Amino acid sequence: MEHQSLDRTSMRGDRVTKSILFSSSLVLLLLSAGMIFTLASGAIPAFRQFGIGFIFSSAWDPTPGKENYGSLAFITGTILTSLLALIICIPMAFSASLFISEFYKGTRLASILRSLVDLLAGVPSIVYGFWGFYTLRPLIMKTGLSDQGFGIFTASLILAIMIVPYATSLSSEIISMVSVEMKEAAYSLGATRREVIFNVVIPSAMSGIVASFILALGRALGETMAVTMLIGNANVIPDGLFSPGNTMASVIANQFGEADGLRMSALIAIGLILFAITALVNAIGKIIIKRFA
Amino acid sequence: MENILEDNIRRRALRNRRFKWLVIAGSIVTVTPIFLIVINLIVKGARQINLSFFTETSPDTFQAMTATANGEIIPGGIANGLTGSLIMVLIASALAIPTGLMTGIYLYENKKKRYASFIRSLAEVLQGVPSIILGIIAYIWIVKGLTKGYSALAGSIALSIMMLPIIVRSTEETMSMIPVQIREAAFALGVPYYKMIFRVLIPCSFSGLATGVLLSLSRILGETAPLMLTALGSPVMSLNVAKPSSAVPLLIWDFYNDPNMVNMVWSASLFLMIFVLSLNLLSRSISKKRKYI
Repeated sequence: MEHQSLDRTSMRGDRVTKSILFSSSLVLLLLSAGMIFTLASGAIPAFRQFGIGFIFSSAWDPTPGKENYGSLAFITGTILTSLLALIICIPMAFSASLFISEFYKGTRLASILRSLVDLLAGVPSIVYGFWGFYTLRPLIMKTGLSDQGFGIFTASLILAIMIVPYATSLSSEIISMVSVEMKEAAYSLGATRREVIFNVVIPSAMSGIVASFILALGRALGETMAVTMLIGNANVIPDGLFSPGNTMASVIANQFGEADGLRMSALIAIGLILFAITALVNAIGKIIIKRFA
Repeated sequence: MENILEDNIRRRALRNRRFKWLVIAGSIVTVTPIFLIVINLIVKGARQINLSFFTETSPDTFQAMTATANGEIIPGGIANGLTGSLIMVLIASALAIPTGLMTGIYLYENKKKRYASFIRSLAEVLQGVPSIILGIIAYIWIVKGLTKGYSALAGSIALSIMMLPIIVRSTEETMSMIPVQIREAAFALGVPYYKMIFRVLIPCSFSGLATGVLLSLSRILGETAPLMLTALGSPVMSLNVAKPSSAVPLLIWDFYNDPNMVNMVWSASLFLMIFVLSLNLLSRSISKKRKYI
């Protein structure tokens, strides 16, 4: 802004540079618009055929001649696995962030733990899936709750490990921002550390912590490979935590290659719904974070 | 009276200690998976990794079966995946890094404009889009629209859409940490705008930009789902971007689906994870060094 008052914009070279910068920002705009347009137009045949019922039907029958598609089974699968992953993730991420930003704040131990948690974010999704397949799945089988070890719970467990770093990094940052004066005031009244955490730290950091978990949920919703390898890929509404199901992302990954015509359109429509859900969840998280900061 | 008070204090102290141990235990549980995964991969994958692992293309299922039956290590390697990954990541970087850099500079220079904050939110939304959806988009745009078949180019486009928002946001964030005075000093010397960008903005924020690029690379290197829909995979080394191509994560997926190749999965996963994690660590060590800007 400052340099504009110096009338530099009148120089031709500067105008060229500025228009180059501006046009590169158009790429993002066109890309986003193009993506929404492409998904929406690809989904039209499915919505024209099944109407709004596409969202509320759990049918998935690719038999030629009597094709019938609905997305409810996958929407349920996605929401179930993500929410369960979130529930498993909360105590893990919460204790890790208290460890980093409260109990051992500023120590070497805290930075080691933080790096270890960050490393979890660097493991590729397919490696998680593979590891889960060979180590978690046999454990689940041993409990006797599931014959094959595939299912909603197995997928959620691996998802929880995958989203822990995202929840931890944000909420530990927020917990470390809680004002020292308030904590010291509570200590001077004779409160123990646990009491300070529950009566001062958590109440004042609550909205930020909630936002960090919502953003972690947004991550879980779109995870594909690890879930695909562990959920069992049954195109039905799961009837229990240990029964197989399918998520929106994994049905796309499984069937896109062999799909055409109406089935392709149904998969794109599922993609569109997934896009809408993740965008909504992320937006909610971002709004809460912005209000907090 | 005194007794009751003392009792009360003792109880609170006990709960305090108990809570602390709970947090420590929770934190240990949180980081256990990273150790389990790394150890597991090293134990089962290390013996497969040798020179030919990097120079030969992937074996067919019959070779793998005979080798396993004879108790030998499986011949062949992941060369086709390496070249494929390299080509796709290079093209994706060539597209996303300049565009992202320029868009980030545009956002930094026009912070308060309404258009800029709209673009910024678009970048946030784009960063939250599940990668499988980018696969659908690249499939429709490139596989069906341009190359009329699965292609490395389509994979690159999907990966570059993934990189773009990460680079845009890290560019803007690092640049806003540059003191305004440095910029103004450059303008006061009568430096043209583009020179200010290349001689002041970019060098001053170089380590931050490098961190952003490395982080985005470590994200896309492990991506499998969008490549399944676009690059498909290929048993041979191919430098033709209009033809299907393999990638290291795609090879892991192929190995995983072939019961004879299990040993290859461990070693390919080990390699991929070491590579991605070291990129991750490298970017972190760079970002730690820049404290003054």
